[in-house]
Amino acid sequence: MPPKSPPPEAPFESALQRRRRWKLLIAKQDAVPWTFQSTTLGLDSKFFTGLTGFATFLILALLAVILGNIIFNGLPGLTWRFITSGTEKDMFDVNKAGILPMILGTAARVILMTIFVIPIGVITAIYLTEYAHSTSLYTRVIRGAVNNLAGVPSIVFGLFGLGFFINYVGGSMDALFNPVNAEPVWGKPAILWASLTLAVMTLPVVIVATEESLRAIPPGLREASLALGATKLETILRIVLPQALPGILTGGILSVSRAAGEVAPILFTGAAYYMATLPTHLYDQFMDLSYHVFILSTQSPNIEKTRPILYATVLALLMLTFALNIVAILIRARMRKRMRTLH
Amino acid sequence: MAKQDKRSVGWMGLKRGHRARPLEWIVEKFIFMVSLSAIVMVFLIFLFVAREALPVALGQTNSSLVKKTIAPDQMEKLSRTELMEYLELTPKQFAQMDKETLKDLMLVKVEAAAEAPNDKDAPLNTTTWSMLFKPHQWTGYDQPEYIWQPISQIHKYNLVPLIIGSLKTTLIALLFAVPLALAAAIYVSQLADPKTKEWLKPAIELLAGIPSVVLGFFALLVMASVMQAVFGYQSRLNAFVAGIALALAVIPVVFSIAEDALTSVPRSFTQAALALGSSKWQAAWKIVLPAAIPGVFAAVVLGFGRAIGETMVVLMASGNASIVSGSLFDSTRSMTATIAAELAETVFGGHHYRILFLIGALLFIVTFLSNMVADIVIHRLKAKLEGKA
Repeated sequence: MPPKSPPPEAPFESALQRRRRWKLLIAKQDAVPWTFQSTTLGLDSKFFTGLTGFATFLILALLAVILGNIIFNGLPGLTWRFITSGTEKDMFDVNKAGILPMILGTAARVILMTIFVIPIGVITAIYLTEYAHSTSLYTRVIRGAVNNLAGVPSIVFGLFGLGFFINYVGGSMDALFNPVNAEPVWGKPAILWASLTLAVMTLPVVIVATEESLRAIPPGLREASLALGATKLETILRIVLPQALPGILTGGILSVSRAAGEVAPILFTGAAYYMATLPTHLYDQFMDLSYHVFILSTQSPNIEKTRPILYATVLALLMLTFALNIVAILIRARMRKRMRTLH
Repeated sequence: MAKQDKRSVGWMGLKRGHRARPLEWIVEKFIFMVSLSAIVMVFLIFLFVAREALPVALGQTNSSLVKKTIAPDQMEKLSRTELMEYLELTPKQFAQMDKETLKDLMLVKVEAAAEAPNDKDAPLNTTTWSMLFKPHQWTGYDQPEYIWQPISQIHKYNLVPLIIGSLKTTLIALLFAVPLALAAAIYVSQLADPKTKEWLKPAIELLAGIPSVVLGFFALLVMASVMQAVFGYQSRLNAFVAGIALALAVIPVVFSIAEDALTSVPRSFTQAALALGSSKWQAAWKIVLPAAIPGVFAAVVLGFGRAIGETMVVLMASGNASIVSGSLFDSTRSMTATIAAELAETVFGGHHYRILFLIGALLFIVTFLSNMVADIVIHRLKAKLEGKA
């Protein structure tokens, strides 16, 4: 049915009046049944919208069940004493076990990692957005390598850490510094090697997040700075980087959250089953929160008895990674909103 | 490269009327060098994983328990290099040893040979390519079989059970994750209203924030028991449980890439379809999805790479028995889990150690290829859609 011609215009119609008139008209037309639209078509559409919506709901429900289960079972065990006390040799004793050394170990390896990964990741992102041609071969290959690095299995990073950092770099350092001493100092698993392995693994995370924030900065800002006589490098250092800070922060936080939960890369490069003392040197081994989850769930002599501390440890790990993730999401959302207003 | 590709103006920034800025020039070169780090890292990963695996790949390792021995009093007749090779010493170790130690080592060799099991499998070198991939008739078995038993008296290094284990869990994971994640991607990118979309997307991506060791823990403690109660199969930990838990790790990967591809289809496509009288679903299914199908393919390929490379979930939930069987409810052992579980116990530089690195190199090659395919496909799709828009 063809739409009727609009009602005659009033002689002096304001914009507001015109809008009201058109709104009324559209509302009227919607009320008219569209006879040529078959009813099955509408049903189809509703059915599939419902189906895909259900799939979305199912994923969220799974997420909720996992989180709910862990929070419900873990909260009673997560006492102040549990968080702030160390563990004796018997880490499976429900009343004595604590996770402070593991939390400190994880924090130390993650902080060490950010020292390596953030400068390299940010500089790479600066090259990709500020210097490189988006179509040149270099850019294409670098981007391909970054995507590839993101997809390498975590256990392969572990093998790489063992083969490259410990055997090759560590072995060479031992040969250089103390050739007479048979006992290796650097050529064995250590917190430094674990952090470096994780830095290689999380490099793509930092690059991608920083690049996104650099692209969000309006080109007008750069042009204004260049027009005032600043060199390219000065523009990047004084104008671009301060603007990109939230993005760099997001990248750092995401890489930390990713690295904190990884076990496979540190299995052979530094994590220890048990250590009496905290690591004090770069070449010390360390106890780790996520590796501890693995130990508690697979090595426990009596899984029913140790269930409370296992759940509490998992909850502590999850709170750490999730808190970081949520902060990153919030910063990113704020950044995107600001970008929309700036452009 | 075209001429305008040069980033800095002339040598040290000096060209027709420019002031020389050597510092800036050096910093720019430095930035370029650092940006190559990602390429260097990918290259190093392959180089150093493959380096440890190379002796196996080239057939230089020998795991046979019975070897030709030389009596210790024959030592004088051997040349230095022959002796070194016979005793399996590195030149450095060899240089540190005196004659007596060498003689003792030779004696140990002879004694070990005398103690070797009197088995017709004992003289076999189990690290050759054919032993790694073809079935072998072991003593005590009725027919040729694929067996992975690296710790047993005769080291059996057949990789087929591990490859089948990996493929089984990966397949189950993809069967569950791909339909769910794709449906969710279509819903979030095309059908949901913008306000819901704003929180749906980060909520689903939160799933990626769960560490894999936590997923493994959940599968081990909760899912395994629940699913055994529901399906009533025999072994509590099996390929099916591991596959479902793995699906939870794969969903966010497939979802975010497919959603990205669907969103990058220009709005004008949908608007044109809607203007012609199609419903929202028809526009999504018949117009947007076909346009974005390479991106969906890439999402599935990357999901495959994630699933086959995932370690902790499979290590904790699959039961880790290296059986070749067609049943999805049997316990399995994947390639990744084997590396994680066994590397710590191997002798450094021994054949078991090298074979685990060989598995790692195979994993790297598989994921490298799948990543590259996905990368090329997505790049082409983006170029095509942006050209059209």
